[in-house]
Amino acid sequence: MYLRRVKSNGHDSLARANGDSVSRAYTPLFAPPPVDQVAVEERVASLAKRSLKKGAKVAGLKLSIRMMDLTTLEGKDTPGKVRALCNKAMHPLDSDPSLGPCAAICVYPNMVKVAKEALRGSGVFVASVATAFPSGLSPIEIKLDDVRRAVDFGADEIDMVIDRGAMLMGDYAKVFDEIARTKDACGKAHLKVILETGELGSYDMVRKASEIGIAAGGDFIKTSTGKVQPAATLGVTLVMLETIRDHYYATGRKIGMKPAGGVRTAKQALQYLVVVKETLGDAWLDPDLFRFGASALLNDVLMQLEKERTGNYQAAEDFSKD
Amino acid sequence: MKTRTESHVDAADVAVPGPLAVTDPSGASAGLPRLRVTKAYKMYVGGAFVRSESGRYFRVASEEAQGDADPAGVNIPRGSRKDVRDAVVVAKAAYEKWEARTPFNRGQILYRLAEVVESRAKELEHSLVRAGQSRAEAAREVAATVDRAVFYAGFADKVSALVASHNPVSGPHFGFSVPEAMGIVAVIAPESPSLLGLASVVLPPITGGNSVIVVASEADPRTAIVFSECLATSDLPGGVINVLTGYGSEMGPIFAKHREISAIDAWTADEALRATLEREAASSVKRVKTHPSPNAEMWFDRRRGQGLGFIERHLETKSIWHPVGV
Repeated sequence: MYLRRVKSNGHDSLARANGDSVSRAYTPLFAPPPVDQVAVEERVASLAKRSLKKGAKVAGLKLSIRMMDLTTLEGKDTPGKVRALCNKAMHPLDSDPSLGPCAAICVYPNMVKVAKEALRGSGVFVASVATAFPSGLSPIEIKLDDVRRAVDFGADEIDMVIDRGAMLMGDYAKVFDEIARTKDACGKAHLKVILETGELGSYDMVRKASEIGIAAGGDFIKTSTGKVQPAATLGVTLVMLETIRDHYYATGRKIGMKPAGGVRTAKQALQYLVVVKETLGDAWLDPDLFRFGASALLNDVLMQLEKERTGNYQAAEDFSKD
Repeated sequence: MKTRTESHVDAADVAVPGPLAVTDPSGASAGLPRLRVTKAYKMYVGGAFVRSESGRYFRVASEEAQGDADPAGVNIPRGSRKDVRDAVVVAKAAYEKWEARTPFNRGQILYRLAEVVESRAKELEHSLVRAGQSRAEAAREVAATVDRAVFYAGFADKVSALVASHNPVSGPHFGFSVPEAMGIVAVIAPESPSLLGLASVVLPPITGGNSVIVVASEADPRTAIVFSECLATSDLPGGVINVLTGYGSEMGPIFAKHREISAIDAWTADEALRATLEREAASSVKRVKTHPSPNAEMWFDRRRGQGLGFIERHLETKSIWHPVGV
């Protein structure tokens, strides 16, 4: 059922390995079960209604902070802003040192060195987007070079984008090969594969892209760049988590999941945790296997935690932006 | 004036519709009775009419007027802590845009509100009559409400000229004092008059650029809801005025503790509540003004029931120094 990962070297493609043309080689290999859209949305809607109160809520919110990839991916990013964000990741709330730290900082390659320096000794990882983020529409050599440089700068994790155009055209071999070659270029760095589900059009395509991302060597699959709407939704997250679950049953290998973009409120974060728990179990309630890609989420979580601690609703102005 | 029948009732106790059928005055249904269409009264939050998230209601008794579909008692949503929380979110978003409009534009919108209240005068009067007033009293109150909206409409672009100043300073600088809106103002409206009192306490803060969350009169919240339908059909953006119904004693302390709310203006005879508001608001350093309920006639008085002071109460003064000759 699963495509075995083929060690890729140079331009060697899976199609060539199978001695077949691209389209005919891939269609039968990537024949995931069709996704029932109505059932997926019903399922997440029912899970999202589950109410977490008091102790469970606080524990969930604290866990979500440790799962956060605090992100800044803007053209106007500066070293100063990245340092401030690093500080926020290490000490999310000055008045409560027990909170955090966040799992990682997610930045553009040019900011990796700054972040690495600022986070030294903290245990917070540096993730860098690469492969001509966010479109991915550059020659593969440039994308691989982008990855190698980000790793050289010190990135612990690479967030790559797949070629959505190739995906939609049915050129799955190209998508697969690019992921596999990016994985090789990562060396020791972890690879997160961004599917950009908002551009894929259907849950079936999300399922297919998830399988390709996993089979080609991704350590994590990630919903979105945050530059396209819709970004992460509970529905696509469930489809991706089910792909991870099926892969785990088939191979025993645990793949991580990262919804990114659109997760802005503490309430949403808890809903995601419920979906993870119900789909994959406690093992995935861990920053090594589940992350939130977010920038606005952290402050909302902090506001809710302070509300639980003091009993009073908080004001946004009382929390630092970065 | 009729007041609420019980202080704490569950929805299960309250749903008492009148007879299902009413006679058809038009005769179009050939002698068959019409199905009675009663109205679900809802709170006005973020430009939408919503039930309380808590699902609770309280019952307000009223005179049953001839030909009126509503039964003698109507169910009014009883706002909760989380309704306050949700209202703050929309009021905050609305404030940022409302405050950025020109004062002239705010005045235009307030005048539009006066137009809409005028055109719905009969409906508002009807609601007041059902709350126990005579027709003459109701007509007088609605007319005064229209006038109040016109009064603040005219004031909107004059506040700055009246309140701001150019201060003499000892040095080569100009010193300016400029009024600015505070943010979200939480209001507990006077019990009576239910319409004019409400308009008189919510219009001045929005004239100055604030957004408002108000708890309507407990005795006659229905008229506040009809007034909300005027707000919804004027050009006032959703979220600038949010009308909650329920008990001030329940929602007031939530206002006081909520750090996002900048000021409280409470018109209530409940002395314990006034003390609670002042105490609970201290940690977030809110501006709190509590008023023992005045005589209802005060609101009809054009000298005491309206004025610049009502607007100024919810403005902050920003001081700016600027060098001379640059």
